Amino acid sequence: MKPGRFLQGATLASMSALAHASSIEGPVPDHVDLNPVAIGTFLLFVLVTLGITRWAARRTRTTKDFYSAGGGITGFQNGLAIAGDYMSAASFLGLSGMVFVFGFDGLIYSIGFLVGWPFVMFLLAEPLRNLGKFTFVDVVAYRFEQAPIRLLTASTSLVVVIFYLVVQMVGAGKLIQLLFGLPYWMAEVIVGALMVVYVFFGGMTATTWVQIIKAVLLLGGATFMAVISLAQFGFSPEEMFRRAVEIHPGEASIMGPGKLLKDPLNALSLGIALMFGTAGFPHILMRFFTVPSAKEARKSVFVATGFIGYFYLLTFIIGFSAITLLAQHPEFFKTAVDGHFNLTRDLLGGSNMVAVKLAQAVGGNLFYGFIAAVTFATILAVVAGLTLSGATTVSHDLYACWLARGKGSEAQEMRISRISTLALSIVAIGLGILFEHVNVAFLVGLVAAVAASANFPVLVSSIFWRGMTTRGAVVGGGFGLVCAVLLTLFSKSVWVDVLHQAHAPVALDNPALISVPLAFAGIWLFSMLDRGARAQREREAFALQEFYSQTGILALKAAEH
Amino acid sequence: MQQIHIDLTKASPAYRRLVASRRRFSFTLTALMILTYYGFILFVALAPHMLAHPLYAGATTSMGIVAGVGVILVAVGLTGWYVLRANRAFDPSMRALIAAAAQGD
Repeated sequence: MKPGRFLQGATLASMSALAHASSIEGPVPDHVDLNPVAIGTFLLFVLVTLGITRWAARRTRTTKDFYSAGGGITGFQNGLAIAGDYMSAASFLGLSGMVFVFGFDGLIYSIGFLVGWPFVMFLLAEPLRNLGKFTFVDVVAYRFEQAPIRLLTASTSLVVVIFYLVVQMVGAGKLIQLLFGLPYWMAEVIVGALMVVYVFFGGMTATTWVQIIKAVLLLGGATFMAVISLAQFGFSPEEMFRRAVEIHPGEASIMGPGKLLKDPLNALSLGIALMFGTAGFPHILMRFFTVPSAKEARKSVFVATGFIGYFYLLTFIIGFSAITLLAQHPEFFKTAVDGHFNLTRDLLGGSNMVAVKLAQAVGGNLFYGFIAAVTFATILAVVAGLTLSGATTVSHDLYACWLARGKGSEAQEMRISRISTLALSIVAIGLGILFEHVNVAFLVGLVAAVAASANFPVLVSSIFWRGMTTRGAVVGGGFGLVCAVLLTLFSKSVWVDVLHQAHAPVALDNPALISVPLAFAGIWLFSMLDRGARAQREREAFALQEFYSQTGILALKAAEH
Repeated sequence: MQQIHIDLTKASPAYRRLVASRRRFSFTLTALMILTYYGFILFVALAPHMLAHPLYAGATTSMGIVAGVGVILVAVGLTGWYVLRANRAFDPSMRALIAAAAQGD
């Protein structure tokens, strides 16, 4: 099969989903040569990470090791790992591609992805560390009835994890096809198999180090690329912008907001989904249990926010400088017989290839191979984090804390978490192959919306609002989940992009504007109406929960054991 | 820590004050971040021409680019501010409170 035949569906659907930008898809290259440097660098990465997994496996004996690396990760390491977990291939290639095509609008998206982090810091990081053991569900369930709360939050977490995995797998398959010339199914199997090995044997310790190494490689590679690109403009951003405007088909319009955000309501809704989605992703929240104290948890958010912000600035420089620098390389484009090409539409492989093509333009084949391998590594780090989070949800939240009522044996829990790891990866590979030809963009919107409308409101209310009860949490979270799913199903991304209808029944592209307030309203109303004895007990338990949340005494005790 | 110390601490006015001031600080920073980000988004949606305006006469760099980079810096800056205040003020006060309660009997 010719690689890349189905790339019309945008390599990294996630970004185009947010952008609704069909124009960033591009022509498909005729064939992709196997790149020896890319394969060599990637093999080196695999060897090193497998070595680390071997080392980590020897230190992974208990469930605590498996879920949270024994709580022995430092704040700085965790910050890097969070950045590694969060900076996906979609954000590296997608954002730089968006800047290349739309200019300023790309920056708006980067900012949306970043601003969730301060909220994690101000509202969640310390209470998470101080109240929870292994998952954010522990925090939500702290003073409530275990069964309903665990069931609801575990299902929303699994929805988020599985669909996000599918998005990553589909994106990975198409990207690897394009970069390495491997068939789609083979890419799925390689990614799936490696993530199983990391998580199954090395648990959180291996996952953390895979993410740290990937973060260092990606930040280093992107820094190098941004610096040598800027050097071409005498290190003057003004010069870079000036020459980009001269050559870009959009001319001066790329320096200001364009058509990407079509109206204020959609802009607002997307903003809410991006912001609160970050603060509701189970695989991100889980990382806070790997550090020993609230102080280290704070440090990790600061380090992560700094690196992620820096990374987005780099993608902006990469995208903008690529406008001028790629235009000097007609061989990267599909040219007409007269030698002309459209800068934004004719790039081979589409705009997701901007960063890798720029690597080739400024650093030659060697650097191109390096960046391609780093992109592959990036995918692995993200899917490993997701798989671990999904497996923990099944074995800790569903089995140990609910089904076994806290009486299950350690060995049994460990076995279940490893079986879940295997099961999740089979699901991920299967759905990845099944969804090859589906435009999975809607899943990205869905995942962010569910995280923002079901997980975040319940979590933040359980921490800050004394009045919340089990009933309020379950009904409110349920509202958020159902509303987010329904509105997404009837939105443009499913109705038009997948089902090919002319119009969507729901005008809102992302449901967050409605579903997030609805969830909070549901929590408030049904908690207020809850007058039972259980509700009374739950409200009274708040003072003690707050005490533990504020002092961290619980976490301290747990660390001593 | 024994139950009696926990109850002692929870009931103490100093503890209530500390919790309240910490909460106020968190919520203030949250509000600042929301204001910054949605202020930016409102400009994008309602006054895009202002963001497209050149930074100075003859410049290609626009106000929007500076504003955008500014929002990123504000986000990182506010998280840094939180860490500083928590490390320097909140943590030592809380430790002192707990130590006092543990000695109090």
